[in-house]
Amino acid sequence: LLSKRYASTAEPINKILIANRGEIACRVMRTARKMGIQTVAVYSDADRNSMHVAMADESYNIGPAASQLSYLDHNKVLEVARMSGAQAVHPGYGFLSENTEFAEQCQRDGVIFIGPPSSAIRDMGIKSTSKAIMSAAGVPVIEGYHGEDQTDAKLAEEAQKIGFPVMIKAVRGGGGKGMRIAMSEKEFKEQLESARREALKSFNNQEMLLEKYIATPRHVEVQVFGDQHGNYVYLFERDCSVQRRHQKIIEEAPAPGISEAVRRELGETAVKAARAVDYVGAGTVEFIMDAGQNFYFMEMNTRLQVEHPVTEMVTGADLVEWQIKVAAGEKLPMMQSELVLQGHAFEARIYAEDPDNNFMPGAGPLHHLSTPPADAATRIETGVRQGDEVSVHYDPMIAKLVVWADDRQSALRRLRSCLSEYNIVGLKTNVKFLSDLSCNEAFMEGKVHTDFIPQHHDELFRTHELPEHVLCQVALAMVLEERQQTRVHSLTTPDPFSPFSFGCGTRLNHKQKKTLELNSGDQKLSIVVTYNGLNDFTVTFDGKSHHVKGQMAPLDNELTCEVDGTITKAKVVMRGNTYHIFTKDGSYELSVPTPKFIEAAGDGVALSGAVAPMPGVIEKVAVAVGDKVAAGDPLIIMIAMKMEYVIRAHQDGVVEAVLYKAGDNVNKDAQLVKFVEEESDKKPAADEDD
Amino acid sequence: QNEIGNGTKRPIARKYHLDAIPTIGTAVDKNSADFQENHERMVTLIDELKSKINTIVEGGGEKAKQKHLSRGKLLVRDRINHLLDPGSPFLEFSQLAAYNLYGKEEVPAGGIITGIGRVAGTECLIVGNDATVKGGSYYPITVKKHLRAQEIAAQNNLPCIYLVDSGGANLPRQADVFPDRDHFGRIFYNQAQMSAANISQIAVVMGSCTAGGAYVPAMADESIIVKGQGTIFLAGPPLVKAATGEEVSAEDLGGADLHCGKSGVTDYYATDDMHAVHLCRRIVRGLNKTKQPEVTVWEPEAPVLPAEDLYGIVGDNLMKTFDVREVIARIVDGSKFDEFKAMYGDSIITGFARIYGYPVGIVGNNGVLFAESALKCTHFIELCCKRKIPLVFLQNITGFMVGKDAEAGGIAKHGAKMVTAVACAKVPKFTVIIGGSYGAGNYGMCGRAYGPRFLYMWPNARISVMGGPQAAGVLAQITKDQRQREGKPWTEEEEKALKDPIIKRFEAEGSPYFSSARLWDDGVIDPADTRTVLGLSLSASLNAPIPETKFGVFRM
Repeated sequence: LLSKRYASTAEPINKILIANRGEIACRVMRTARKMGIQTVAVYSDADRNSMHVAMADESYNIGPAASQLSYLDHNKVLEVARMSGAQAVHPGYGFLSENTEFAEQCQRDGVIFIGPPSSAIRDMGIKSTSKAIMSAAGVPVIEGYHGEDQTDAKLAEEAQKIGFPVMIKAVRGGGGKGMRIAMSEKEFKEQLESARREALKSFNNQEMLLEKYIATPRHVEVQVFGDQHGNYVYLFERDCSVQRRHQKIIEEAPAPGISEAVRRELGETAVKAARAVDYVGAGTVEFIMDAGQNFYFMEMNTRLQVEHPVTEMVTGADLVEWQIKVAAGEKLPMMQSELVLQGHAFEARIYAEDPDNNFMPGAGPLHHLSTPPADAATRIETGVRQGDEVSVHYDPMIAKLVVWADDRQSALRRLRSCLSEYNIVGLKTNVKFLSDLSCNEAFMEGKVHTDFIPQHHDELFRTHELPEHVLCQVALAMVLEERQQTRVHSLTTPDPFSPFSFGCGTRLNHKQKKTLELNSGDQKLSIVVTYNGLNDFTVTFDGKSHHVKGQMAPLDNELTCEVDGTITKAKVVMRGNTYHIFTKDGSYELSVPTPKFIEAAGDGVALSGAVAPMPGVIEKVAVAVGDKVAAGDPLIIMIAMKMEYVIRAHQDGVVEAVLYKAGDNVNKDAQLVKFVEEESDKKPAADEDD
Repeated sequence: QNEIGNGTKRPIARKYHLDAIPTIGTAVDKNSADFQENHERMVTLIDELKSKINTIVEGGGEKAKQKHLSRGKLLVRDRINHLLDPGSPFLEFSQLAAYNLYGKEEVPAGGIITGIGRVAGTECLIVGNDATVKGGSYYPITVKKHLRAQEIAAQNNLPCIYLVDSGGANLPRQADVFPDRDHFGRIFYNQAQMSAANISQIAVVMGSCTAGGAYVPAMADESIIVKGQGTIFLAGPPLVKAATGEEVSAEDLGGADLHCGKSGVTDYYATDDMHAVHLCRRIVRGLNKTKQPEVTVWEPEAPVLPAEDLYGIVGDNLMKTFDVREVIARIVDGSKFDEFKAMYGDSIITGFARIYGYPVGIVGNNGVLFAESALKCTHFIELCCKRKIPLVFLQNITGFMVGKDAEAGGIAKHGAKMVTAVACAKVPKFTVIIGGSYGAGNYGMCGRAYGPRFLYMWPNARISVMGGPQAAGVLAQITKDQRQREGKPWTEEEEKALKDPIIKRFEAEGSPYFSSARLWDDGVIDPADTRTVLGLSLSASLNAPIPETKFGVFRM
């Protein structure tokens, strides 16, 4: 039976195609290279200059940016496999990784699909089927309704039977999409419709299942592996409980506070689940765990998970290597008795998103990107480099930071330290949030569950006071930066060394006092810098003066700042009119406020229109020119980061112009709809500077 | 390493010792009683200077300041700070103008701030009225300071920015402000002349510009006016009412809306001071001006010896001598000095050096001028003029040698050669009075009358036709001779009574504060700042081409 499924067992793989992009494509290529296997990349128009293309031995364009037309196009991917002579396809995660049809198509084309048999994907992909199989195999499952009758009345009745709160999930769903929670009977219908809409859009199927919703559960999953010879192992569990928007943000292995007995039970149950579907390759069995450490089967992911590196760190296994070997027909490299859990690992997912704005995903350029140095205990899994763009078309994950240490506390300390060295400028990221999370007391104690973020909201979103030394650092950075710019400019002129270009603010017989106005969030700051000498300043704020000296290394933006004799280091990146300060105990953003005369130019625009909250694609235009709208009426629906956003009128008015049509790409803050101005308040031509 | 900017290189190939430039100066003994006494006295003088200046930079006092700020206006020094490029030095002139000049009336800095700084990468001359000082009105010394600033701009080809906020001429003193050649009218004459010479004239109207003052923006190449603050009119509302009975507000009579919208007197409309500064920077950015220094430029090196040593070397006692080479060593790049004619006429030191990378010929005094010294100096000035190397005079001179031998040797004609050379030299000249400046020595060493681009004084310096004791001695001798001819007695008490007030008066009038208050110089500076001030002055002067020099007849 096995040899039938894999026509050519033990065939050596010399060349693989990676049907993915970003960090996972790079991750697979690294192992392939280590194994001496050639790599083939595919890329969309948007990814021509991306890192995975640069890393691959050869790369092929497979169409436009939209993934439906490129990364999700089976035929194009397989055409590249044929052209390049790749014997195998590694699908990564997402995209085609759990696509039954694609797996079957690979088989027909004689290309090895590095993943489980298509039947296992199908069985596990349909939630109701998977639960039925698991139930039959003796794996504990949660009560729910997995029936075919999808009428509103039936679903409402079943929900009533299960008892609220009830979780509504798309049968074909995953990754939190098409999933809603109904807290009461009252909101059931609304949530059901919402889930269906999203499911239809994402999976072209709106079948729903219902299940009991467990409050503050933990999300614990087990990494399993099977080969074509009927061997199975589990590589212990991961805890992925801390989530926002139902998506994981930080993962760890092993799960904290779990006894050896539960660990073994988890692992053996997971193997039982894999065996039930003749699973081959890497898979993850997800369990929901209640406060009493009872666990129930949720679903099985038939692919390599985003968070697989934490398992690699604690077992020493290279899971991609295992995948390739198993796909080539080899036996599992290690048996259960050889697998030992060692130390503790964390993975923090660094996303382009705004934690202060409900984690709204973002996109944009990575003007500055510096990372902690990678070593045996620190992995930086990324698919972007400084200067690259986080595209609106794909997942906004920038990187995964993976750390390992002997125990959980040490690993957490390491994570914090590495996060402080993960410095990004150009778009909003969750780095600071991750850092706050890793300092959270409850998190440090391992008291994790899926409602962790809402429950600890106040502690996690505390605004940080600006420490005095940071204000000194930014003041010093500003004067040094100004000096550096003046010097650099001067060197290109025929008068390169004029003392007028030395930037030391010389005044005769007295000292220049310069007031720096800065904004930190809503806080307005006023800092007075006195130029005492070339590298000697007095920095005064809040009635206190500090003696400040220091220098900035222009190449790596490293500021060394002496404040009243204490020397500290920080990374300072200037972008536009904003200074980004990264220190060991936090990162800060301080902007030079826009003067009134420039603001005056922007006034009218902000008030009389609706703007895109983030870059994205216009899905639907809900209004037409001349329409009267009331505040709160939907104007435009846009899709960004695969999520739907409704842009609403914030005032009553008449539409003067709609500036985009469906399908258009828009930038952040682009004006979408213009309203007729109520009164013409003519202002003198305002000026805008560079 | 050697490639710097646009083809500015260190000279030629390395020739090891053959290209070494000698370093001068010696490490002084800082523990010697002499050094310590000098140091202490000089530090006292500098502290006094800085404390005076720190009061002066506060302008017209707290009350006037608060009133000014409450109108949403920036203080003149803040206007200048915002106008300048970040970190740009501001080479300010004559901070001590009007110091103790008008009896009990204090007019800090003469009510006007002038200086050179970089705006959008271009060295500009800035003139800003301080409205907190007597409403920014023009005292006679204010006019003189404004005109001196314009002279500097004209000589050095520097765009002028006028930050106007002035009530116009000081009426009680109109006779000393209005009628003469170098009075108020000359300001506008200069604006026209400079505009003709393509030296940009930019006016920013940030306060009132009444009567004659209205011509500052009106005569400018481009002008900016601040809404609600700036007004321009030939006659203000009270005068209009008196003349025609018409009642009109200042804003309607000559505000920004009127002048930008209707009259066209001003070109740019600013909503506040910061906006005006922003617009002004934009104008300068668009001037299409590049500075092309006509000299070779090397990468600067700091002097090997610390500038603070100067305090202990020089001191405040003009009777004590010091070697001017020790001063040069603490001013020039790398303390490197190519001395010219080192063994001849050694009461004057001449040689080539660099200051902030710019080449200079330095002339410094090491005692009274003899015929040889004058000849040597004349020769050296000729070299600098041929080569277009700017000249720096470090003046510490009691005068030319007197006596039978000197006169017989033709000291008058030899001195005249030096004075001719100095007078005719068209290279930028810079004078720093580091000690005494007496008699014809002042002429030969490029005193104010000899047109140095800039002239500065150290706080220990003294300037007068001769020393106080000498003048008293001369007058006493004359009186004594007269008494003797008349056969009348002449007692020692009488002599003392005659001499003391003369000595006292010379002492007071020879003081740098007395000089600077009257604009006989461009400012009193801390000796330790000499290198910086000279560097900035040199940089400013190199905005203008260096003309050919034609010397007059040298009497042989």
